Amino acid sequence: MRVVIAKPGLDGHDRGAKVIARALRDGGHDVIYTGLRKSPSDIVRIVNDEDAQVLGLSTLSGAHDSLIPKICDGLREGGLGDVIVFAGGIIPDRDLELLYKCGVRAVFGPGTPTSDVLGFLDEAMERKQNNVPIGVGEDLGWKWN
Amino acid sequence: MELSKIDELLDLAKSGDRRSLSRLITEIEQSQDPPKLHSESIWTLGVTGPPGSGKSTLIGKLVMHWSNLGERVAVLALDPSSPISGGSFLADRIRMEGGDIGENVFVRSIASGNSPGGISPRIWPMCHALSLCGWSRIVIETVGTGQSEFRIAALADRLLLVDGPDRGDIIQAEKAGILELADIIAVNKSDLPGSSLAAQSIRTSLDLTDGDTREVLLVSALEGSGIEKLASAIDSCEPNSGRNEVIMREMLISEWDSILLSHPEIDEVIRKLCDSSITIGDAINSLRKSSLKGG
Repeated sequence: MRVVIAKPGLDGHDRGAKVIARALRDGGHDVIYTGLRKSPSDIVRIVNDEDAQVLGLSTLSGAHDSLIPKICDGLREGGLGDVIVFAGGIIPDRDLELLYKCGVRAVFGPGTPTSDVLGFLDEAMERKQNNVPIGVGEDLGWKWN
Repeated sequence: MELSKIDELLDLAKSGDRRSLSRLITEIEQSQDPPKLHSESIWTLGVTGPPGSGKSTLIGKLVMHWSNLGERVAVLALDPSSPISGGSFLADRIRMEGGDIGENVFVRSIASGNSPGGISPRIWPMCHALSLCGWSRIVIETVGTGQSEFRIAALADRLLLVDGPDRGDIIQAEKAGILELADIIAVNKSDLPGSSLAAQSIRTSLDLTDGDTREVLLVSALEGSGIEKLASAIDSCEPNSGRNEVIMREMLISEWDSILLSHPEIDEVIRKLCDSSITIGDAINSLRKSSLKGG
């Protein structure tokens, strides 16, 4: 699948994003990395222009609760509701529900084996192929973790 | 069926729908038979050079220059697919800081291994599609790690070759026959020592050919110096009409590769080569025979 790995917001640490990008490449995916400090509208435009099926968002700054909903809204408004969104980084448990509610399908914290992320993508791809809701603009309910 | 989908997307994309434009590029990339699209007003620039010479950063600066002048700039950035996993890490965007902003810039990363018949026959329909949709400057970036990668950029109407000061890697371009094809040669990283020397050595090498008056420009993508001069050199460069043979040769090689790579027996032949039960010559003979039989 075509996957955009993006760093929204102002934190400048992308080791995690790069490890995930590398693991996905080794898993046979085409990975486009955006680089640091992208705004929600930059990210929506990049996902559109790259015609990505999946968007992975990495944030360590604590601003996930404001940035990720904006990105998810932007995707839906931009006709990109079929894009599968997952998140990673430092995201406290108390915020998980909020992210799932805006259409994020998986959240991967520190210590996640990269095989988990690949497993999620496999299952997401299967759902997509069978037309079962998985995109950010499709029916909620299913999530990975 | 396939063509009508492309026509439909093209119509929507022409009316300014960016989602359709993006899907159109994907459709062309995945097409079995590349569609025949033609735009009279197409403007293309190929950019190639050794890895690390600063192509993407330089393109970012050119993109910014043109978009500030109100032009709509599209970049197709090609990167190789991993031969092991088939996956790819497409990271040219990162280096296009500044260039990667706004509605007047469209950047698409392309993994070279994803098209059913090789990427190069599909790059040109993509460029024509972009031109038909009003993108006035189309840049094709390829990393110069091998002959074929170098040469894809050489199919554009004009070719910019980028080298760095610390590498002397222009010799790779010379090996691939790309130095003769370049219309403009830029030595990037003029902020680092050694860049004038590198430019000088390229000039010396060009001087060996009588009547070669091509300029070697010094630029710094990092500091943004020399960009305007480079842009005007690109503008004063006439489309190279003598390239038809190169283009046809490239198309042929790439179709030939794809016939080989999609051969049903290729995996088995590679296995046999690995355990030394056949020679390369045997392998070629058996692939040729069975491909003739199977059509």
